[in-house]
Amino acid sequence: MWSVRTRNLFLAPTVLVLLGVGIFPLLFALNVSLRNYQITKPGLGFGWNNFANYTQVLTDSYFWESLGRTFLFLGMTLPVQFLLGLGIALLLHRKDWALLRSVARVALVIPLATTPAVVGLVGRLIFDSDFGLANWLVTLTGTAKVTFLGDPNLALFAVAFMDTWQWTPFFALVLLASLTAVPQEAVEAATLETDRRWDLFRFVEWPYLLPGLTAVLILRTADAMKLFDLIFVMTRGGPGSATELVSVYTQRIGFRVFDQGVAAAMAILLLVVTIVLSRLYIRIFYRETQ
Amino acid sequence: MTKADTTSKATARPQARPNVGHILAGIALVIIIVATVFPFFWMVASSLKTRADILAFPPVWTFAPTLEHYREALFRVDVAKSLVNSLVVAVASTGLALLVGTPAAYALARWDWKGKRDLWFWIISNRFMSPIVLALPFFLLARTLGVLDNVWTLVAIYLTFNIPIVVWIVMDQFRAVPRELDEAAVVDGATPWVAFWRVVLPLTVPGVVVSAILCFIFSWNELLYALVLTRAASRTAPVAATSFMSGYDLPWGEIMATGTMIVLPVIVFAMLVSRHLVRGLTLGAVK
Repeated sequence: MWSVRTRNLFLAPTVLVLLGVGIFPLLFALNVSLRNYQITKPGLGFGWNNFANYTQVLTDSYFWESLGRTFLFLGMTLPVQFLLGLGIALLLHRKDWALLRSVARVALVIPLATTPAVVGLVGRLIFDSDFGLANWLVTLTGTAKVTFLGDPNLALFAVAFMDTWQWTPFFALVLLASLTAVPQEAVEAATLETDRRWDLFRFVEWPYLLPGLTAVLILRTADAMKLFDLIFVMTRGGPGSATELVSVYTQRIGFRVFDQGVAAAMAILLLVVTIVLSRLYIRIFYRETQ
Repeated sequence: MTKADTTSKATARPQARPNVGHILAGIALVIIIVATVFPFFWMVASSLKTRADILAFPPVWTFAPTLEHYREALFRVDVAKSLVNSLVVAVASTGLALLVGTPAAYALARWDWKGKRDLWFWIISNRFMSPIVLALPFFLLARTLGVLDNVWTLVAIYLTFNIPIVVWIVMDQFRAVPRELDEAAVVDGATPWVAFWRVVLPLTVPGVVVSAILCFIFSWNELLYALVLTRAASRTAPVAATSFMSGYDLPWGEIMATGTMIVLPVIVFAMLVSRHLVRGLTLGAVK
């Protein structure tokens, strides 16, 4: 009954579709990345250029800066999101305030589901230099208004703030799911040994939190490589290139500078990073699956 | 600790001796709820304010609501059409992903062979793909083929993230169905296709629905592909919302009304699957 032919028929649609919309465009991008390719300047021709696009990307200080900024952004957001998320998870794992806890659990879904582009729109509204709420809070302290999105030092913070609003619930819900998985017997045994909350956390709960935490950290790193919607809407990468993370920079080169050859080379380099991250993720989390 | 003594403790404690931890936890929970809901509330509130109230400084907290921005956005700027485009793209891509992905999930759940792990890895890894990597070649190909600004181009590219979601979640569901059921059906003369379609699939409808809702949410929320691949005719709602964002005198009321109309349906859907949201977002690494 379970013939190989039947199996292949079941698999064929998925394999064919993903070859068509996944692999074929990638091969095309690889091809473009090795040529002169500027569709606004067809006069230059579309010839091979001996890895010139890759040399250009690897020696482009803006590219390295955008990559560095991506990691700076991760450094700004991940610790905050993790600590806030852990705090929320521990609160939601308590046994008191049942009604408030269930309201909070439902509320946490809102940021996660909100369209990232719309999060950017709300960010523009809240951080507006004339009438934004952020500036209202600033003037309450007696200081003059600030142009959050026009100041190179503050714009990245504003973007990080909205990112933190959207993704802290992800940390919270994952860590809460992990806390729920801690066996009750282990908690009981530990409470016989110690009545310090910290010991219970450090020696009993923490080991259960680690896998979920690792999952979220890898996914959030991959997300930072992809992060586009929020920034494009809030700042277009500006002012200057103060919020230009690597995806936004690639999009600018490909679709606003229109040098597709160079943009394709960047895309291929990003793809390598993506493959490494996804391999890592799957290695860690699906060892037992097969 | 049994359930009974925790409840007795929780009720007895505050009366006997006000517990600082208990009170602080309550305050913290209220802060969390307010902080989580506030930006959403502010968007909805702004969409219902008059232009003067939106631009007021200090901000206005009480106001007479108006629906004028919704009327303007929907009919004058034609966000209605963009919402329809978004709906068509999300529904079509979700439907196709189910049609194509569930048989593959069945094969992965029921057969074992060398190389299965690699195939599975390749399918799932599409979920990690950075959209900018595919957007560029897709744009150039669509331009060459003359299918720019076409909803079906978007439907096709959205399959790259929808198929992995379906395959992963549904495969997990199929594995939970005992193999003996399909074998019994085949002994009774059914083909493997019938075993899949009539025996296994009906038993896993809830899981299939969860994967469909997740696909819908991801497709509905997508911006970059839509921004690059559509113009006026097939513009989706997130692109329409961002296209307001140019020039100085921004139509904030219309922008927030559009944002609200985009976000409301996804939030409702996400609440329906909230128990599965974490599994969906981590591709099952966290149950």
